[in-house]
Amino acid sequence: MIHFVLLISRQGKVRLTKWYSPYSQKERSKVIRELSGMILSRGPKLCNFVEWRGFKVVYKRYASLYFCMCINQEDNELEVLEIIHHYVEILDRYFGSVCELDLIFNFHKAYYILDEVLIAGELQESSKKTVARLVATQDSLVEAAKEEANSISNIIAQATK
Amino acid sequence: MALSGMRGLSVFISEIRNCQNKEQERLRVDKELGNIRNRFKNEKGLAPYEKKKYVWKMLYIFMLGYDVDFGHMEAVSLISAPKYPEKQVGYLVTSCLLNENHDFLRLAINTVRNDIIGRNETFQCLALTLVGNIGGREFAESLAPDVQKLLISSSCRPLVKKKAALCLLRLFRKNPDVVNVDGWSNRMAQLLDERNLGVLTSSMSLFVSLVSNNHEAYWSCLPKCVKVLERLARNQDVPQEYTYYGIPSPWLQVKTMRALQYFPTIEDPNTRRALFEVLQRVLMGTDVVKNVNKNNASHAVLFEALALVMHLDAEKEMMSQCVALLGKFIAVREPNIRYLGLENMTRMLMVTDVQEIIKRHQAQIITSLKDPDISIRRRALDLLYAMCDVSNAKDIVEELLQYLGTAEFTMREELALKAAILAEKFAPDLSWYMDVILQLIDKAGDFVSDDIWFRVVQFVTNNEDLQPYAALKAREYLDKPAIHETMMKVSAYLLGEYSHLLARRPGCSPKEIFGIIHEKLPTVSTPTVSILLSSYAKILMHSQPPDPELQNQIWAIFNKYETSIDAEIQQRAVEYFALSKKGAALIDILAEMPKFPERESSLIKRAGDTEADTAELSAIKSRAQQQASNALVVTDQQPANHPPQVTQLAMVKIPSINEENNHVDQEVTQTNGSMGEGEPQNGDILGDLLSPLAIEGPPGVSGTETLSEDGALALAPVGEQENAVKPIVDIAEIFHALCIKDSGVLYEDPYVQIGIKAEWRGHQGRLVLFLGNKTTSSLDSVQAVFLSPSHLKLELSSVPEVIPPRAQVQCPLEVVNLCPSRDVAVLDFSYKFGTNLVDNKLRLPAVLNKFFQPITLSAEEFFPQWRSLAAPPLKLQEVVRGVRPMSLGEMANLLNSLKLIVSPGLDPNANNLVASTTFYSESTRSMLCLVRIETDPADRTQLRMTVASGDPTLTFELKEFIKEQLISIPSASRPAVHQQPQPTTQPISLSDPGALLAGLL
Repeated sequence: MIHFVLLISRQGKVRLTKWYSPYSQKERSKVIRELSGMILSRGPKLCNFVEWRGFKVVYKRYASLYFCMCINQEDNELEVLEIIHHYVEILDRYFGSVCELDLIFNFHKAYYILDEVLIAGELQESSKKTVARLVATQDSLVEAAKEEANSISNIIAQATK
Repeated sequence: MALSGMRGLSVFISEIRNCQNKEQERLRVDKELGNIRNRFKNEKGLAPYEKKKYVWKMLYIFMLGYDVDFGHMEAVSLISAPKYPEKQVGYLVTSCLLNENHDFLRLAINTVRNDIIGRNETFQCLALTLVGNIGGREFAESLAPDVQKLLISSSCRPLVKKKAALCLLRLFRKNPDVVNVDGWSNRMAQLLDERNLGVLTSSMSLFVSLVSNNHEAYWSCLPKCVKVLERLARNQDVPQEYTYYGIPSPWLQVKTMRALQYFPTIEDPNTRRALFEVLQRVLMGTDVVKNVNKNNASHAVLFEALALVMHLDAEKEMMSQCVALLGKFIAVREPNIRYLGLENMTRMLMVTDVQEIIKRHQAQIITSLKDPDISIRRRALDLLYAMCDVSNAKDIVEELLQYLGTAEFTMREELALKAAILAEKFAPDLSWYMDVILQLIDKAGDFVSDDIWFRVVQFVTNNEDLQPYAALKAREYLDKPAIHETMMKVSAYLLGEYSHLLARRPGCSPKEIFGIIHEKLPTVSTPTVSILLSSYAKILMHSQPPDPELQNQIWAIFNKYETSIDAEIQQRAVEYFALSKKGAALIDILAEMPKFPERESSLIKRAGDTEADTAELSAIKSRAQQQASNALVVTDQQPANHPPQVTQLAMVKIPSINEENNHVDQEVTQTNGSMGEGEPQNGDILGDLLSPLAIEGPPGVSGTETLSEDGALALAPVGEQENAVKPIVDIAEIFHALCIKDSGVLYEDPYVQIGIKAEWRGHQGRLVLFLGNKTTSSLDSVQAVFLSPSHLKLELSSVPEVIPPRAQVQCPLEVVNLCPSRDVAVLDFSYKFGTNLVDNKLRLPAVLNKFFQPITLSAEEFFPQWRSLAAPPLKLQEVVRGVRPMSLGEMANLLNSLKLIVSPGLDPNANNLVASTTFYSESTRSMLCLVRIETDPADRTQLRMTVASGDPTLTFELKEFIKEQLISIPSASRPAVHQQPQPTTQPISLSDPGALLAGLL
């Protein structure tokens, strides 16, 4: 099970956090501090796993961003490493060659997409196509609602779609 | 990609990004928070768009690490908005801002439920996602039926179904009772027939969790899992979009193999064959390719397959294939694979007998200990520790020592401990052991506990050959400019005892030795000063005729410390001064320490004989048996964790020895603690490690403490020899005492004494039974068999059939706690003495609380846990009557002694106690346990007890366990010592020196 997902920039700025196990705000800050200290200082040719407080943190660096997922000691590390990559590929497809700025200004999109990939700290969907389709549907729902707000006519017809 | 049309939000983010420093950022954030707060407060009819925007800003600020202590209500209220855009924001922000313990979430339960049972698919998805991500127990209880309905409904589309499966998984984790096993096993089987791989992946995750909790109910699903694997790995029958770099859904393959590992075995031969075919394909068919992601994915499957093969304990051939693969992996360049290779080798050692094959890779593993990556070094350390035995101990321990010099601080503690354990377990000879421990103290003194150096002292004392070497080594270390305090202790002790053996060497005259020790005195702490004073006295004694200059120097020091504020030091100074004035008489009193009891040394001599097998030493699968190591292990006679315990054992032994040499110098004993040395060379009284301290310890302070610490045991062995073979100790009482400590005598009768020493780590324990023959003829037909309850796995190494006269053998015993239970294992111990067959059933003190590890919780850690375990069966309450009356303080002590650590002040009511601990077993892993006891000051015989943990069985067992402790009268309670009842059936004859001694104490 994935306990949490962190996106941290090379400067230690948090770009996304998602917690599947209950942590208080105080604990969350502490975890982020500890892990960014550990992970950002690691050299490039090392393995993608760090042992931390009896858990394992699987991380991977993409350009200036570190994607980290915390799992149990007995979980399959490589499987999780590829969940990270799966998520990155989906982001890439959605934003069209994703970069850190995309994730900063559209952090809410990153959250929506993550919710289509993981629930309860488990992989929900392994087809990139399916995830892309679902996210597109959501976007169109939001767009539709916006248009509808502009033109007052269609209120009820779209509401339940 | 265009910014998503929320200009205010984008502007805010840009502004934050443009802040030059943290201070500016904080100001900007505070300003924005103030603004949002005002808007929320003052504008009742905030437009949905505005509300959405502010809620996003809040989330952004929260993500940056600032506290956002308002506006939760607004986020939650968006959930009930009628339109999708607002609802979506409400759900997402709520699930990020709050966690499952948050009270606000309760407000949302109804809306969430309406969305789940409503007809709108997109709303269903949002609601299921929220519950799946942050749903707690309350959600579990109120929503599980609805979620289950969705999961099995035929009209429900895949996008909802897969979310429902994972949502149910979360609810099941929060409260396993919400998934009714009877109804669910068939449903689960149907779910595994699913063709849609998204739904199947989610369902498989749910299944893994269910089956890990109870595999019995899901046997019918087993063939389906194998079918899934066949479909993926063999037939590759998967839509294109579900392949990942050409591999048919690696995630689903991994999960399915994981699920299969929860079944103890696969009985049906066809299913088994089909599975092995798939596994064989995976093992053979996984090649290293250039693409990193493809490589990772295929190796994720491969490692899971390895784990499954290990679990099923497949045919030898397949197992050796696995080892060969792992051997390849630990040498590759790709660090992930190397890491996993090491990790899986360690796992493999635990399950199968591949020791010899893995040893072939030792050089490679040692290289990994020098890897630049700390993660890999850790794995290498674990593996080296697991694979160590007599044949390679020397190499491995030396590598560890070398590494200790460069290891990061965080790893040193573990490293030092592991090196010490291995050195002790597998030492080929004593001088090597000594070298290792001294180096260990030198390099990582902070991590070397006292018992380790006590042990060194014991070995040296018992081995004359070793003494000059030891003294020389100690002398060498003292030359270093800065040495660790522990090194100071052990060096001072050894030089005090044996420096005269070096006298002819340059720089080793008594005066020089004294000089070099005394140089360090200003830098050491009080307890070490005492040891130094003893060394001075010893040095003085050894330099006969006295060198007047040295004598004056030392006397001056004694004089100085006669007024020390520390009672221990003062007493030593006064006594040593007085003693040393006695001139030649000093020699008698301060003579060299005697050897540890004869029977030990006799074992050492015998260790080289054919009987070497009497003392099994390898705790790991009884693989190592070498004569040299026996020498060490047999000397290693007693636990030395804490001085009091050791003293206790020493005392227990005294009577049996005294019977023979009937000259206990009673007076000396009386006046000087345990200093009962009539004939130093015989050395039969001071039977233990601690003697260096005991001999010097003032009878007053430390003596009494010792007594009250060990309780009954110190006085126990008062017995009469002519009686028929009956225990001469109160077995029940002793058992109770051993329940709260880790070493002592388990049983004793006139012929046999059984000592026990235990080390507990997590859910495992390493015990050693010391079977001692007290008589001068051998004991035959010795048998020790365990009747173990189902929750413990016990592995006792072979017990010799004959115990030679006055010998002690050690039998290591491995205990694994499988699941919580308060049942007790029973040792059936029998032997023949002459024609008498003696048979005793002894309870083994491997009780529930041995698997506790103390933990102290603060209020903010305690209460959320306490609340989240809300109802039976995880939280149980009972009014207990007939409680043994005790004060609140006594009760707190009792709980603490059981390693249930009381957190004072946590409960506002002063009459209540709140305690916590962590319980370890294989099934529950580590599990937090919380206890609250509410007492009634008016009636001390009753109380109300509430126990909570994440496991229903554990909660129940723990509750019963504590109840037993409160109601019964555990005679281990410490104050009982002074009124230690002498066994009434066995009148003490006053001529029995043991009795005399006991009387004195």
